[in-house]
This record gives sequence, structure tokens and C-alpha cells, in this order.
Amino acid sequence: MSEQIPPIAVSTHKDVRVVEFTNNKILDEANIDGIRKTLEALIDEGERPKLLLDFATVDHLSSAALGMLINTNNRVKSRNGQLRLANIKPQIFEVFEITKLNKLFKILSSRTEALASFN
Amino acid sequence: MQQASLKFTIPSDLAASREVQQQIMDAVHRAGFSENATFAIKLSLEEALVNAIKHGNKLDPKKHVHIQAKVNSRQAEIVIEDEGPGFDRKCVPDPTADENLTKCSGRGLLLMEAYMTSVEYSNQGRKVRMIRKND
Repeated sequence: MSEQIPPIAVSTHKDVRVVEFTNNKILDEANIDGIRKTLEALIDEGERPKLLLDFATVDHLSSAALGMLINTNNRVKSRNGQLRLANIKPQIFEVFEITKLNKLFKILSSRTEALASFN
Repeated sequence: MQQASLKFTIPSDLAASREVQQQIMDAVHRAGFSENATFAIKLSLEEALVNAIKHGNKLDPKKHVHIQAKVNSRQAEIVIEDEGPGFDRKCVPDPTADENLTKCSGRGLLLMEAYMTSVEYSNQGRKVRMIRKND
């Protein structure tokens, strides 16, 4: 089976790794697994990782994607790091509200606000 | 009123479910569903198929998933049945409880029930019937 390139783009802003999703759907398990592995590698780069996930392009996500985000959050916490989510569209934010995951994640409305929120 | 009736039997393979999802969502688009209803059906269909393939049939290549969809401009009705051991809805933990919030799985049923107009389980949990009315 050929390896798929995870549909994300990574950039750096000061000491924060910024991850953008480049596909409007985070549904497919193969893609989700690829994203999870890439995020794990970013988190493991150093101590106290700072990670910002930008959801500006995301129109659909599944419970498997939520699982991947929780895995990311758990891993960041285990390394004493910080995770922020930003730019989540109202329809997608509703999924976080229904699952009450808006209580678990630090969600900011814009990338600028999210970048400013890191300690 | 025009109605699309679709019927599929697929192996326990997530890749095989993609074509089913595509055909059902094409019928939903053709029937003129609202953006919110389309979002709800797409999400719930994904969750129900993953449940049947992964949790029901446990990816067993000898087992199949049976899918029926009836779509008209008023509502979409989707029935999905697996060949697994079944499950009891009452025994599935509440994923929104504080102690379960950091668990990585167990949110599919919650999302289906939140987004669809009705969700019924039968045949000891092997069969789910979901209806979403158009807005």
C-alpha cells in the first residue's frame, strides 16, 4: 500500500508550531492516522511543545478525527506543552459542543488570538 | 415526489464504504437538502459505517455490511446492518462525562443521535435505522 502524504501544512511562528489542515474533510481513517503520526513527531521534537492547529479550511470531521485530537492533547500534556485550536467554523464548533470537547481544548477564534494565548 | 432507493452489500472494508457514502450523498444533494441537513447526514453516515465495519464486523473480511437508503426531498432514511455480535446501547458509556472526556473513542453514537432526527437500533444492535428530515 502506498504511503499517503498527510493533508497538513506545518509552519513555525517563534516557538510555536502552526499546523493547517489542507483538506476540508478530516474523515478518512488513513488520513487521520497520517495526521496523528505527523503531530506526534512535532510534539516529540522537544520539551514543552507549543502547537497550534488552525481549522480555517475544515468543513467536516468525524469522531475518529476527534479521537486523534484528544490523542494529540494527551501527548502535549504529557510533555508539559500547550495546545491551541483556532479558526473553527460554527458548524464544526457545534461538534465540539455536542461532545463537550470545547471544555477539554483551548479554542480561540483566530490564529492571532491563539498565538497570543501561549505562555 | 421522486425518491432514490439505494441498496448495497459491501465487505468489512473502510475503503469500500467510500463509494457507498458518495452515492448516498449524491442522492442527498440531488434531493435538495439544506446545508445543515447535508452536514448531519454526511457525519452520521460516516459514523454508522465505521461502527458497522470496525466495531460490528471487527474488519472481518468474511463478514459484510448491508446498507439501504431512501432519499426524497422530505427526508433521508438510512439502514445499516452488520454481521457482528451486536451491542446494547444502554451499556455504551457517556463520552461527555468528565471521566471519559480524554478517551479517544466512543463518540460516534452520540453524534449520530445528536444530528439525525431519529436513530433506532434493532436486531440486538446489529441494525441501525436513521432518519434525517430536511429543514
